Amino acid sequence: MSIDLKTIKHISKLSRISVDEKRAEKLAGDLNSIFDFIEKLNELKTDNVEPLTSVAETTLKLRPDEVKSKNIREQIIKNSPQDNEDYFVVPKVIE
Amino acid sequence: MSDITKQSLTELVENIKNKKLSSTDVTKAFIERSEKSKELNAYITEDFTSALDKAKKFDQKPNLDLKLPGIPMAVKDLFCTNNVKTTAGSKILNNFVPTYESTVTENIWKEGAILLGKLNCDEFAMGSSNETSFFGNVQNPIDKDLVPGGSSGGSASAVAGQLTPITIGTDTGGSIRQPASFTGTVGLKPTYGSCSRYGIVAFASSLDQAGPMAQNVKDCALLQEVISTYDPKDSTSIDFKRNQYSKELTNNIKGKKIGIPKEYRVDGMPKEIEDLWQKGIQYVKDCGAETIDISLPHTSYALPTYYIVAPAEASSNLARYDGVKYGFRAEGENLIDMYEKTRSEGFGAEVQRRIMIGTYVLSSGYYDAYYLKAQKVRKLIKNDFDEAYKKVDAILTPSTPSSAFKIGEKTNDPVSMYLNDIFTVPVNLAGLPGISIPAGHDSKGYPLGLQIIGKAFDEQNILNIAFAMEEKINFKNKITDWWIK
Repeated sequence: MSIDLKTIKHISKLSRISVDEKRAEKLAGDLNSIFDFIEKLNELKTDNVEPLTSVAETTLKLRPDEVKSKNIREQIIKNSPQDNEDYFVVPKVIE
Repeated sequence: MSDITKQSLTELVENIKNKKLSSTDVTKAFIERSEKSKELNAYITEDFTSALDKAKKFDQKPNLDLKLPGIPMAVKDLFCTNNVKTTAGSKILNNFVPTYESTVTENIWKEGAILLGKLNCDEFAMGSSNETSFFGNVQNPIDKDLVPGGSSGGSASAVAGQLTPITIGTDTGGSIRQPASFTGTVGLKPTYGSCSRYGIVAFASSLDQAGPMAQNVKDCALLQEVISTYDPKDSTSIDFKRNQYSKELTNNIKGKKIGIPKEYRVDGMPKEIEDLWQKGIQYVKDCGAETIDISLPHTSYALPTYYIVAPAEASSNLARYDGVKYGFRAEGENLIDMYEKTRSEGFGAEVQRRIMIGTYVLSSGYYDAYYLKAQKVRKLIKNDFDEAYKKVDAILTPSTPSSAFKIGEKTNDPVSMYLNDIFTVPVNLAGLPGISIPAGHDSKGYPLGLQIIGKAFDEQNILNIAFAMEEKINFKNKITDWWIK
């Protein structure tokens, strides 16, 4: 299998990480060597194996649906790069 | 009292309880040594002034019934600490000051410990050498320009270099055990669900666990006793009966059955590692345990499985860093451009690589071929352990396939870097506890570790085996203080 520059561009768009041409080439090389290594899994037949989604074999505990944190707006906003005290501010979305 | 920083956690606790030392004495000593040890680059954030204030306050009204009375302690910078900057070793969180505390650190402060500062680590815990940190390489106290391992490299360096009496790290694929092995210290990765993940910067949620890193097994048991609690704030935290690990610690392991898995004898493994393993087998026999040859047939599939599962979960977890709610933001022409520039400038190369692997294996058309396949192989790996534990109580292996390497030696080849975790990754995939203890030195004088893997929730058993072996091994770390001028 080979990951080409077109695929790198596609993944870069999906993961919202901009990548210039030079980095795209380096990434394609890195990802190809990693996927060569991952291909080993195809040696195994797994048709009848149940996928393991969690090692914690417990059912989720129920709890009452109550508000526990109150009036923490300031705390939530505190680390935002840009806000107007009540809201997060982002670049204009609608013209 | 001189040589405070040379004392173990257990000794310090005793000396504070007997009033031979005050919290202020101890805190001052570790601050002074940390100040002289800047070259190790173990800290990202120092909190020394505040630590000294807390120590003085503790001494005014000391509560000596606590388990960690007035003990200063630095922690990995992956744990959110209220009002103290938490970066996860990343530029993208370089300005992040949490407004809440992780459960694990909360448990530590409740028992009387005092935060010294936040320790360096690979960016988002993705790395095996601490070289992916935005805040620079960490030096291994064993030798100059030697990596301390990773991702909990700052933690390992700080414990081995005696900048903190004990610490906590996190382990997703070996990030506690591998650096412990590289620095001649003890590191425990608990059973998945033993320690709460609440407030720990997430990497791969089905694998991440916090655990203690210490100078000896007893200290490690004591900290495990403090940090392991059931926590409703983590949906995968498990409500099981936890032991008083340090109080119940015993070196009596007579009759224990210890498995030796043949698949851990990998191609190209140095003879020194094989010899060390054989020595380890002899030590457990000398302690009255029995060794049994076992097979874990899917061992060689663990790393490829890990490099699908972990990046997939990471790509999802790290989607939250968008330059909107917290962290670094790069300016962009529009919203999408802002996202893309923020993440491109904010994440380092290894993190971007893993997000992209994860995005690819989860993307339309590839999910079944990669992610689902990996989850199935993960099941086979877990089945191997389940089968083995019908015959044995624990498993003994080397911790790593080599000793510590030089800074820069493996940075250009991601796959050779990933091979560091070949013996530790299967344990995370199966959700089991594993402990690395220092067991000898290689020809260069660098430490080598052995790993004991336990059944789920059987931390007490592997701590006991480690404790018994520690006595026989009588390991002495060779630290020359080369970095202190």
